[in-house]
Amino acid sequence: MNSELINILNSIIANATPLVIAGLGETISERSGVTNLSLDGSLQLAAMAGFAAALASGNLLVGCAAAMLVGAIIALIVVAANIELRQDMVAVGFVLTLLCADIAQFLGQDLAGQRVPPMTKLNIPLLADVPVVGPILFQQPAIVYVSYILIFVIWWWMYHTRGGLALRAVGERPATAFARGTNVNRMRYVYTIIGGALVGLGGAAFSLAIKPGWTTPPAMRGEGWIALAIVIFGGWNPFRVVLGAYLFAILRALASAIQRSPDIQIPLVLLNMLPWMLMIATLILVSSGAIDRLLSIMPRPLQKWTRNFLRSEPPAALGTRFEQD
Amino acid sequence: MNLELQHINKTFGKVRANQDISLTLRGGQIVGILGENGAGKSTLMKILSGYQPADSGEILIDGSPLRAGNPLKAIEAGIGMLQQDPLDVSPFTVLENFVYGQVQGRRLSNREAAKRIREQADSFGFDLDPDQVVSRLSIGQRQQLEIMRLLNLGIKALILDEPTTGISSEQKDVLFAALRDLAVRDSLIVLLVSHKLEDVIALCDEVVVLRGGKLVGSKQMPATTAELVELMFGQALTPQARENVTLGDTALRLDGVTLRDKRVAVEKFTLDVRHGEVIGFAGLDGSGQELILRACAGLVRPSAGHILLNGQDLTGKRYRAFRANGVVFSSAGRVEEGLISGLTLTEHLVLTQTGAIIDWAAQRGRTEGQIERFYVRGAPESQIQQLSGGNQQRFLMALLPDQPSILALEQPTRGLDVDSARYIWEQLLARRKEGAAILFTSPDLDEVVAYSDRIIVCFAGRTYEITNTAGMTIDQLGRLIGGAVA
Repeated sequence: MNSELINILNSIIANATPLVIAGLGETISERSGVTNLSLDGSLQLAAMAGFAAALASGNLLVGCAAAMLVGAIIALIVVAANIELRQDMVAVGFVLTLLCADIAQFLGQDLAGQRVPPMTKLNIPLLADVPVVGPILFQQPAIVYVSYILIFVIWWWMYHTRGGLALRAVGERPATAFARGTNVNRMRYVYTIIGGALVGLGGAAFSLAIKPGWTTPPAMRGEGWIALAIVIFGGWNPFRVVLGAYLFAILRALASAIQRSPDIQIPLVLLNMLPWMLMIATLILVSSGAIDRLLSIMPRPLQKWTRNFLRSEPPAALGTRFEQD
Repeated sequence: MNLELQHINKTFGKVRANQDISLTLRGGQIVGILGENGAGKSTLMKILSGYQPADSGEILIDGSPLRAGNPLKAIEAGIGMLQQDPLDVSPFTVLENFVYGQVQGRRLSNREAAKRIREQADSFGFDLDPDQVVSRLSIGQRQQLEIMRLLNLGIKALILDEPTTGISSEQKDVLFAALRDLAVRDSLIVLLVSHKLEDVIALCDEVVVLRGGKLVGSKQMPATTAELVELMFGQALTPQARENVTLGDTALRLDGVTLRDKRVAVEKFTLDVRHGEVIGFAGLDGSGQELILRACAGLVRPSAGHILLNGQDLTGKRYRAFRANGVVFSSAGRVEEGLISGLTLTEHLVLTQTGAIIDWAAQRGRTEGQIERFYVRGAPESQIQQLSGGNQQRFLMALLPDQPSILALEQPTRGLDVDSARYIWEQLLARRKEGAAILFTSPDLDEVVAYSDRIIVCFAGRTYEITNTAGMTIDQLGRLIGGAVA
């Protein structure tokens, strides 16, 4: 494979990483039934906070921790406002989106142009030397490896542990979860806060690794909305969400390649629309009857896995409050 | 296991759902809990299975008090409940549902659990496979799954809340056979909550009856349906002298109407109602009377037959068309379907009128007039949910149009005290004098007998008409409600 293509694929993986991490965070939060709509604002604020903390301490880990803390606190506000104050999560999340974005811009004024040495690429011994796959997947900044681990840990937790069973039940039918001894609201706090921390880490992935530094306006503006859309596209399944994030990065790379090429003349606006159009088309396909027909001709052991993978209904209790009587 | 309920009390706001209920159950007993809607059966069972705390009273298991507080604790103490809509998670597989929520000391690995599901399903004749997804199961299968799950958690008492609603008769036979088996073999206590007499008669050794939140009696089986009905509805019918009203022409004609819903089917029902006539419908919940009443208002469409209103064929037309022809319907769910929570009395009255622009001052005056006329305790600015049940019902009367042709009323005096109920009937009978035909359902047989010119008794979709209401006895009515042909 030619080395230019490998370079492009390598950067696609890197560029997708903040979306992967933030998307996974939002996935577990929504799986527990809580919509954290503040993503666009919390990504920006966490990116700014992470950058500022790294700048002050000279330590990238401190930066990541600060970003996670900010993401977790915003998520805590969303879930507490819903459970304790009976506020609508969508309204609270939306207000927080706007608020956090403005706070990030305001507090970040003096950070523009400052520099922190970003995360360097780390080669994983042995794996990095595997032809093609090695240079694409295993010659990346540390945060990318963290995202790989997260994908598998979250998937394993959701589908192979009792804790994951409880997580899915809480978002699907809280009354059942309660009857089976699960503390519904505590679960929602825990998973929303963890999810928020991951969103924060996604922000740090931007400002400390993928697009290092802080600019006005912030480079990651709008990414939060994309992450939210990817969670829907991914049918709340961690693998599909991640796949969506990579697919999105590929389409973006494609769009910018076409834009740079002198031979192809397509209006830029049209190119920018491409990922979204493709997303809508996929959603229509997944929710149509075509999938059921496909399932019926598949071997049985594959059916369950495929159904889980293609499932596109949101968690049934998403966005609702639970009050036990 | 011995299970003892001692002096259980529970109130919701002003409603006393359970009053001083005491009950003793021994292992191996199958006990039916009978009662009409709102008699307090569900509340009592929820208290027993840990979904709700009682206000006072105690539950004793083999003599020691149970402090459940939540359903899992109750299960650990040996009491499990199968809800009417089984509490499961629909995207989960049968296996996942089975293993979710296991109790300490009884954990099974997925492989053991799958094996257990297959074995038990086999031995009970249940149709279940560990890899099926719950959303693709029937209600009967979901019940089977839930029963197996609860048994594996080691319960010694199983409560079933209306388990035969929505399952096939084959599934019912399988279920009842399994329950009898469990009672005999494992000396399981089985509590069957139901308002279906035939189920109770088919399964139970003993029946206890709740009415108005109180335990009003118990009976060793076998007992006749008439005896059970008498316990459920109370004694003594008091026929009342009625003012004679000259009946007018035919107001409503149902001609060979066939109606269906999930629970029941009414086949080829024919009824003529004349202006000024009052028709009462009696029957256990879901026997078909609600369907007929809703069909009269165009809320249920017949699959065969015709509905004529003052000679005009309205078959298949919508509620709008019926309303335009003078039909008024009032639902048993006052706040759910009849009134709009959050709107004031004035706003309710404005909604009954047409016109784009509202003259608030005039409307307020009109509302005050209606409040005075119908003795509603409330102000034009009060929101409807702030009113008591009786006042809401009276205000519903105030919302009725002036010259209704037909009043179709579901439980018009539900939850009202004697005085409020009498007042409502005064108002209704006044409309009748003006020529309105009244059709109503009621779980209160006294009310049905007292106000009806004719009574239609429904049982499992079949109907029986009683024209001579004065000579009616509770025994006769009870037998009819229980399904015996007179």
